[in-house]
Amino acid sequence: MKNCDVIVIGGGPGGYVAAIRCGQLGLITALVDEWLGADGKPALGGTCLNVGCIPSKALLDSSHHYHNLEHLLPAHGISIKGASMDIATMQSRKNKVVQTMNRGVAALLKKNKVEAYTGHGRLQAGNRVAIAIHGGGEEVVAAKNVIIASGSVPTDIPAATVDGRSIVDSAGALAFDEVPKRLGIIGAGVIGLELGSVWNRLGSEVVILEALTDFLAAADQQIAREALKVLTRQGLDIRLGARVTGAKATNKGVSVKYEGKEGAKALEVDRLVVAVGRRANTTDLVDAGLDLAMDNAGRVQVDDRCRTSIDGVYAIGDVVKGPMLAHKASEEGMAVAELIAGHAAHIDHRIVPWVIYTHPEIAWVGDTEQQLKDRGVAYRSGSFPYRALGRAHGSGETDGVVKILADAKNDEILGVHIFGAQASELITEAVTAMVFRASSEDLARTIHAHPSLSEAMHEAALAVDGRAIHI
Amino acid sequence: MLVDVKVPVLAESIPDATLLDWKKGPGEAVARDEIILELETDKVVLEVPAPQAGVLSEVLKNTGDIALSEEVLARIDTEAAATATAKGGDGGAQAVPAAQAADEAAGSDTLSPAVQRLVAEHDLDASAITGTGKGGRLIKDDVLAYLDAHKPSPAAPAAKMPATAAKPATPPAPSGARGERRESMSRLRMRIAERLVEAQHTAAILTTFNEVDMQPVMALRKRYKEQFEKTHGVRLGFMSFFAKAAVQALERFPAVNAYIEGNEIVYHDYQDIGVAVGSPRGLVVPVLRNVAQMSFADIEAAIAEFGAKAGDGTLTVEEMSGGTFTISNGGVFGSMLSTPILNPPQSAILGMHKTQERPVVVDGEIVVRPMMYLALSYDHRIVDGREAVLFLVTIKEAIEDPARLLLGV
Repeated sequence: MKNCDVIVIGGGPGGYVAAIRCGQLGLITALVDEWLGADGKPALGGTCLNVGCIPSKALLDSSHHYHNLEHLLPAHGISIKGASMDIATMQSRKNKVVQTMNRGVAALLKKNKVEAYTGHGRLQAGNRVAIAIHGGGEEVVAAKNVIIASGSVPTDIPAATVDGRSIVDSAGALAFDEVPKRLGIIGAGVIGLELGSVWNRLGSEVVILEALTDFLAAADQQIAREALKVLTRQGLDIRLGARVTGAKATNKGVSVKYEGKEGAKALEVDRLVVAVGRRANTTDLVDAGLDLAMDNAGRVQVDDRCRTSIDGVYAIGDVVKGPMLAHKASEEGMAVAELIAGHAAHIDHRIVPWVIYTHPEIAWVGDTEQQLKDRGVAYRSGSFPYRALGRAHGSGETDGVVKILADAKNDEILGVHIFGAQASELITEAVTAMVFRASSEDLARTIHAHPSLSEAMHEAALAVDGRAIHI
Repeated sequence: MLVDVKVPVLAESIPDATLLDWKKGPGEAVARDEIILELETDKVVLEVPAPQAGVLSEVLKNTGDIALSEEVLARIDTEAAATATAKGGDGGAQAVPAAQAADEAAGSDTLSPAVQRLVAEHDLDASAITGTGKGGRLIKDDVLAYLDAHKPSPAAPAAKMPATAAKPATPPAPSGARGERRESMSRLRMRIAERLVEAQHTAAILTTFNEVDMQPVMALRKRYKEQFEKTHGVRLGFMSFFAKAAVQALERFPAVNAYIEGNEIVYHDYQDIGVAVGSPRGLVVPVLRNVAQMSFADIEAAIAEFGAKAGDGTLTVEEMSGGTFTISNGGVFGSMLSTPILNPPQSAILGMHKTQERPVVVDGEIVVRPMMYLALSYDHRIVDGREAVLFLVTIKEAIEDPARLLLGV
């Protein structure tokens, strides 16, 4: 039986990063991942690489370019007659991007001497993992430490059962081979909004049904309100307080029934996407009889160092508590690898950025105004709109705002919220500042290149003190 | 003409030196004998002066590099004019002066913009402020809390407790962050650490204790203090008594004044007594030479000079070498009793402690006397128990009856 120092179950951004770090630290490491690509070959990278972050961003960019042909370029004096879009090419490009990344991860694992198995891994007693190898056979690998990184799967709702053809989950929605004329999406969260944006730009009529009455409840409400306005203007029909009660696939498409503010409603669409959230993937994760403690949300129970109830077994990423974000999984993966190697690593969940890749993008880190109010923290706020930025006018994309929240007493930055182009990149300045416990004055006294969108951060910091220059 | 700036000749016991601080950068003008660099060795910080006036043209080693005795560190062009890089010359001296003053306590090289502004506006010494940011850095809150705690008027009940903010070891209340601060060990500290561990591994160190009634010496001192100072121009302390008492005991018990070297015992027929002194860089032990020939005034004057030199780090290597016995006084810090560690290659060390009034019995009656505990740590390989005890008793008796020192009994 093979013996190693660490075996990682799951090859997504949590698992493969943990495995690479273990390899870097000189630990004998193995990784087991069950994902197979469309070609039947191992496709490392988990949900993120295969049906999540990477393919969705590829389609978002492709659809964004197409959208710009009609909606942005004319203002620049550029008009294209007879522009067309070929979905098959778009999808094949996306698939190639995914494949490139899959191979990249495989190469990185090889470079760091991680032995990769393709199959389903199941935890057994004594920190062994039984691997049901794809194509037949089983192998048991023993390890001193196990890192469970089995990730998450889309949540089902009984009212709309995914059939993989007309009623699909997010993976299915990324793979449509033709643009649906009418697209229904259940859930106006990150995934629903991004998928809705993609197909809306490519020509679908998109209706998003959200059961909650608040839009993007986890985000700062000022930002959420701005975003809702702009996304609606783009053509997304977002219906809040709409709870789906039934969905039936017919030969014409899908008949959807939902409860709205004004009572029962019905909607006919060609395809329906269920994007109500994700849940921890613990199916067949442990041998029957092996007691791995779970928490009350069906996730693997861990302490603040990702240790489970079994000695030597860790769990990271979407399968444990905390934001279901790839970078959170990766950070946990690195820290656990270092803990196993005997270093003093610590896992800091406090300052984690969130990004939604609509256009304009939405990104934030830290507390929202509501959270500060709820906790009774006195704060000052400084906002700066993109329309006051030279750079935004230059590119023609002036929707958006940057808002900084700082402690009223000591000026420490408590939260930063961005709605606008490049928010996903701009937010990192805020994350770095908060890691170093910077004050808004520190950002206000830091030179930002001109002309750039990052100047909005500078001005928002000045605005906290009531002294913005450009507004 | 290009002139070399070299590491000074290092004493035999010093293998190399670390570049601590360039005071001038390339392109800057230097005057002859102007100090342009500080080097740190195991024992002292050496200043390196410019051998000639000119412009510092090449810097071959940087802060933190190690250099050997007489190694060339830089060159001075005696004929060049200083270039306009006087401003850019700061590049050689790394941090901006304001920031440089700040760093050690904060544990970082530069202050954040908001902190810089506050420090400048309020004319603060950043090194006096505790940092609670990442890696011990100062954040704006730290400075604001410091200002709050040091407000002139007591005013309203403070949200931040002033006492807590003033103590460097305690972080300010609200944040809840528990930071960690890392500081590289200085060479001196590393060397001290090495020697202490070496002492423990080599010698069989035991400690014997006794107590001494300080009243007779205190009375003697009180009686002659003014006259002593008028005559000799130096204050009469207690160290001279202990040094002289130690000499008497060392003469009587030569093993205590000896070294073990390989398979031999080296006896000395002179007494060089080291006096442990605290300095900003750590404990250093300058040595009084031929104490048997020194008068009380000589001893007090020498000790005062050592104290001053230790304070500015100007003790030389020679001043700290040799020594056949050491006296350490923990009493100035309030220590009641302790077990001093040997100063290798010496075989014993006397520990003095705090004088405290205690009830003792004299002629069958309880009286209050100013008592001091004495500790003698010794190397049992060469000093036996009986000798150590009697040695300490000799010192005690000489202090309790200083006439013994006069009469040699």
